[in-house]
Formats: sequence, C-alpha cells, structure tokens
Amino acid sequence: MEGTLASKADDATRRDFLILAGPAFLAVGGAMVVWPFIDQMNPDAGALALASIEVDLAPIAAGQAITVMWRGKPVFIRNRTAAEVEEAKNVSLNDLPDPQTDEERTKEGHENWLVNVGICTHLGCIPKGQGLGDVKGEYNGWFCPCHGSHYDTAGRIRKGPAPRNLVVPPYEFISDTKIKIG
Amino acid sequence: MHAHEDTYKPSGPFSKWMDERLPIMRMMHNQFVDFPTPRNLNYMWTFGGILVFCLVTQIVTGIILAMHYVPHADVAFDSVQRIKRDVNYGWMIQSIHAVGASMFFIAVYLHIFRGLYYGSYKAPREVLWILGVLIFLVMMATGFLGYTLPWGQMSFWGVTVITNLFSSLDEIIPGLGTAVVTWLWGGYSVTGATLNRFFSLHYLLPFVIFGLVILHVWALHVAGQNNPTGIEMKTKSDSVPMSPFAIMKDLFALVVFVMLFAWFVFFLPDYLGHADNYIPANPLVTPAHIVPEWYFLPFYAILRAVPSKLGGVILMFSAIAVLIFIPWLDTSRVRSTKYRPIYKWFFWLFAITCLALGYLGSKPAEGWYVTFTQLFTIYYFAHFLLVMPLVGIIETPKKMPGSITEAVLGKSGTDEPAVASGAGGGLAPAPAAPEKR
Repeated sequence: MEGTLASKADDATRRDFLILAGPAFLAVGGAMVVWPFIDQMNPDAGALALASIEVDLAPIAAGQAITVMWRGKPVFIRNRTAAEVEEAKNVSLNDLPDPQTDEERTKEGHENWLVNVGICTHLGCIPKGQGLGDVKGEYNGWFCPCHGSHYDTAGRIRKGPAPRNLVVPPYEFISDTKIKIG
Repeated sequence: MHAHEDTYKPSGPFSKWMDERLPIMRMMHNQFVDFPTPRNLNYMWTFGGILVFCLVTQIVTGIILAMHYVPHADVAFDSVQRIKRDVNYGWMIQSIHAVGASMFFIAVYLHIFRGLYYGSYKAPREVLWILGVLIFLVMMATGFLGYTLPWGQMSFWGVTVITNLFSSLDEIIPGLGTAVVTWLWGGYSVTGATLNRFFSLHYLLPFVIFGLVILHVWALHVAGQNNPTGIEMKTKSDSVPMSPFAIMKDLFALVVFVMLFAWFVFFLPDYLGHADNYIPANPLVTPAHIVPEWYFLPFYAILRAVPSKLGGVILMFSAIAVLIFIPWLDTSRVRSTKYRPIYKWFFWLFAITCLALGYLGSKPAEGWYVTFTQLFTIYYFAHFLLVMPLVGIIETPKKMPGSITEAVLGKSGTDEPAVASGAGGGLAPAPAAPEKR
C-alpha cells in the first residue's frame, strides 16, 4: 500500500511526541498537586487578616518608647529626644555596616518618631533598650543580648554580628498623633 | 547478607510450614543468633544495641506523652506541667523522654567516636557509615523539634534563633531566606502554627530514624562487624556466634547504661535542661543568654565562630556534611588507630577539640571565647581535610597481628591456614587492608 511508509513515519513522530508530552504532562501535573501541600504551611488567612494595626502616639512623651505587636512581631516606637535625633543625623555613612541616613528611616516632618521592627536582624532575638533601665548598648539605641549586636538611635547596626539595620515596617501617619502600620 | 553457613532448622511442623512461606525465623536466626561476631569486640561495640534501646524508649514514651500533650500555643506549657503533676506516672514517663534524649546523644557520640577510632567507616563499610551520619542528622532534627514542644522560653527562643538561620539565604538571593522562614513558621514570627507543625514532624521523624536504622543494620550485616584490630574475620576461630556471646555482653552493658539513665530520671531529671524553660514562652522577652541543649553545643560554637551570619550557617552545616566524606578523606591503609602511632595523637586532639567546642558553645560569644572557638573550629575542619589525608600517607603503621585469633591468643588459630599467619608482619598485611586507595 502506498501510505505504509508515510504512516510508519507518522507513527514514529507521534510516539516521540507522546514520549515527550507524557512525562512533561506528569511533571506539570505533579507540581500542581504538590504545590497545595507546600503552600499549606505559609501564613493562613487568619494571620494575613491581622496584617495592619493603628497606633495612637499621643501618650508617648519625648524620650519614651513603647512596644506594640504587629504580625506577631514586636514593633519598637520611640519618641526620640532632640539630642538623640541629632546624634543619629551626625553619623558619617562610612561608619555604618548597612549605610542608611536617618532621613531614610523616618517620615518627613515626624523626625522624632522612630518605628522599627524590634527583632535583631542576626538571629531574631528581641534587643534590650525599650525600658528605662535597660542596657541600650554603646550607641544609645538598642543592644541584643544574644550575640552582642549594638544598634544606634536610628536603629542602625553599628557593632556585632547582625548584618542589617532594624527593619522599618511599612507605616504612614494618618494624623499627627496616629500611625497605621502595615 | 554476610556469607556464612545457614544453620537454621525449623523446630516443628508450624515453623516448617512458615519457613516455606515467609522465612523470617530463618533470617532472624542467621542474622541475630548464629551470626559470626568478631571474638575480640570490646565494650565500645555495645552502643549499637544501646542505641536501639534508646530509640524504642523514646518512641514508646513519646507515643504515651502524645496522649496527654496538647500542641496548642495557649496550653502546651500547662499541658506538660499537667503531665508532670497530674497524669498517673506522668512525672516518670515525661522525665524518661526528656532525659532519654540526652542519653540517646551520649550513646550516639560514643558510637561515632568508636567508629572514628577503629576506622569502621573504611571500605567496605562506607554506606554503613553514611547511613549512620544520616541517622545522626535526623536525630538532631528530631531533638530540636522535640525541645520546642514544652513551649517554654528556651523552647521559643531556640526555635526563633535556629529557624532564623535560614534567613541568611537572603544574602544569596534577596527575599529567599525570608520566604523560607515565613513558610517554616506559618506566620511572620514563631507562633502556635509553628508549634503545631513541629509537633507533627516530631512525631514523624523517629519513624524515619527507625527505617534508616533497619538499613544501617542491614549494611552492617552485609559487611560484617569491624573490630578493635581492624582486621577482617578470616577463619571460624576469629568469630563467636552472636547469641549468646555478643547478646549477653550487650545486655550487660545495657544494664549499666540504664542505671546511669535511671540515676538522671529519678534524681536529676532537670539537670540536663535549662531553668528558663520553666517560664512560659514570651515573644516579647528574650532570655539573657540563649543556649541550646548540651548535645548541640559544639555545632552552636562553630555557628558563632565567624562574624558573618551566612558564613556561620555554612560552617555549621559543613561540620556535619564533612562526616559523609570521611571514608575517602582517610588515606590510611590500616583501619584501627591502635596501629597508627601518629594518627593516635591527632585523634585525641580531635576528641579534645569537640569537648572544647562544646564548652565554648555554652559561653557568651565575646572576648577570648571567640578566639578559642575560632582556633578549635579550624582544627575541627583541618582534622578531616588535612590530617586524615596527609597522616595516612606519611605514617608507618605498627606491626599488626596476622588475624583476630592471633591478636587475642598471641598465636594463630587451629583451623587457620598456615600461610596467613606468615603475612602478618610489616606495613599493612594484605588480608588486613582490603580497601583500595
């Protein structure tokens, strides 16, 4: 028959296609099945629902600091004194392991307010320095007791094993005395 | 399996019927009763059996504790206290489980150092050794997960610090580390979600260990046991049947071990833990000094040896990973350190290094402690990467006995071919050093 050769060739290519497409289909399908079993471990809807909070700053006097919880993490809010702001502004960027100016870490017009996630960027301990009697470290900011990281009055790492400055969470002033974090 | 004569005889009609369908009794008889065991094993060879005992103890007490424990952040701490105070014999069972973890690690460290001293990792036992390293790794994961469950301060902050190790991946691909840590936590910090999944995994991993142990024992029974001379068994007079000789010796050692175990359980149940774990977990207060359990201290010291976060993490994992390559890093033609006059000194230096790192891991990372941690960390790696390959090449081993029997009796056994004893002298007698370089 005339079509035999051609149909044999057709069969071969069709088989090649199936051999490639079959496993590819299996791999994609497998990945789609596996994903829910991996993603179930990510933060659930309940954890995401608590993702933003409002904080009233009115009761915090200059020099005082409070700790609020946001996404299960402590957030340090410090009403810095003029001297502390000055100290933070007068640091040369060359002295900083993770160079950032004070302006980059605060909101314009609210320079006295410093808002940082209160978790050491080394291995996640809570640095000391919020309480009045706390050790504040060599740079008058925070001191992490776990592995000895010192942070300055702008929450920047100055000495010790932590690689980065304290994280500034996303926040905005919704009035002069109120912020929304997250 | 190791070739030796099959001596199993079914004792009655049922065992004969069974033997033709599932020869499990035959296997048990040939592998654990009439299995040839080197006649010269010392007490360092009893830790394998002791470790099986430890694993079974942890599984049995753990299953019981899971009947009373509540893996919820609000009540986990209280439920452990309730087990200790209210549950019938809970004080004892909880204590056996907590102390048992430490006993398990004491036994496993002695077992590992036995292997290192007598060259038990060398051919043909490389796979046996690697399976052992994997068991050790899963044991560490299980111990870490289990320590979080009482949800005290040290539990909580231990999890925080150790899971945060993965955030160092941010230094390779920005965002990757944070994503991994968030995924591990199931939130943006260590929460009840983390506790729940750790409980689930802590229940799972012991059974993974059990599976690995079966492979480990299988590999052991294929290659046969090493022994203090490091010379393979060659004739019947080199061995004794496992039962009753090795079994009885193992049982005696186990009784002594259980006495030590019981001493801690009944008289010092909290000695190996931390007082801070009697304070319920508080995400707002970090304990002044976070220290892992004693069995992690050498690795914790290595983690803190370098000022770089990622560097420390890489070093710590390498400290375990390097163990896998020992069979190929050791170039010596002789297994047992007993016959290695130069390596012997380095072996004990390594043992001291591990103890020193353990001590330094319990101290704050500052001043001279850091300097010494760095020195010992350098030696830890140098031992495997420099000493093992180089000493094996330059060293002239001591004269070795021709066989195990000769080592025990000072002469060759009766049924041994005369040729073999003549080959005993000089550097590495042929039958004693089967491994290829």
